[in-house]
Amino acid sequence: MVLTVATVLFALGLIGVLTRKNVIFMLISVEIMLNAAGLAFVAAGSKWQQPDGQIMFLFILAMAAAEVSVGLALVLQIYHQHKTLDVEDMKELKD
Amino acid sequence: MVITRYHPVHALLYLAVSFLAVGMIFLSLGAAFVAALEIIVYAGAIIVLFIFVVMMLNLGRETAQQEKEWLKPKVWVAPSILVLVLLIEMIVLLFSDSSQEMQVSVVDPRKVALSLYGEYIIAVELTGFLLMAGIVGAAHIGKHKRPSLHRFLQNGDGGKENATQPPQRESVTNEQTVLHD
Repeated sequence: MVLTVATVLFALGLIGVLTRKNVIFMLISVEIMLNAAGLAFVAAGSKWQQPDGQIMFLFILAMAAAEVSVGLALVLQIYHQHKTLDVEDMKELKD
Repeated sequence: MVITRYHPVHALLYLAVSFLAVGMIFLSLGAAFVAALEIIVYAGAIIVLFIFVVMMLNLGRETAQQEKEWLKPKVWVAPSILVLVLLIEMIVLLFSDSSQEMQVSVVDPRKVALSLYGEYIIAVELTGFLLMAGIVGAAHIGKHKRPSLHRFLQNGDGGKENATQPPQRESVTNEQTVLHD
């Protein structure tokens, strides 16, 4: 049951990453996906009565915090250089 | 609700509601410590970080209008169908052999702490490294610097700027290069 909730959350985050073009919304969707993964970990740890699931959730949390800080700094820098948040405008690496 | 909003602040509020709901699920799973961490770190820190960035970027009504233009059904139908196929597949996989009832079992936070600082101590230290690298990276990337060019490109730009002002100097340098050649 909890795994179903986690799966639905993950699918919603994946839809958000695939459809949105704004970078901030894509970061939010990545957060949802990480949260779903952590939910699955905690459910598994609760099923087998092991503390490893919660420990993995702690690591996911730290990773999400670091990822969000770096990602938002990148978003600020991109906005200062491009004046837009559209991912399709960021193609300096193409040529 | 989070992924369908046009306004970033509305999406962030729904994201906070989602985090609180997941925290309640953790609480009902018997993981009270993780629920508290979820609410403190996610709903307390990460949401505030997002809100600060939205505030600094000054995303207002025109951003919502732009989002409304971007989010046409033509755009989101195909990825949604793909993800729904994945979702149905995973749910079928989940329900195909899960006959037993999921029992709620409280995992003691004491056990979590003992295991965390016992066998996972290396991972804890690596997480410290990761957070340190994240802080330093964010501080470096977010630093306000004017877009700096490489020095070769700077020379090229300087040459162009000089070329706009005195056109004869360019020809002189060209002659010089010709002579040198």
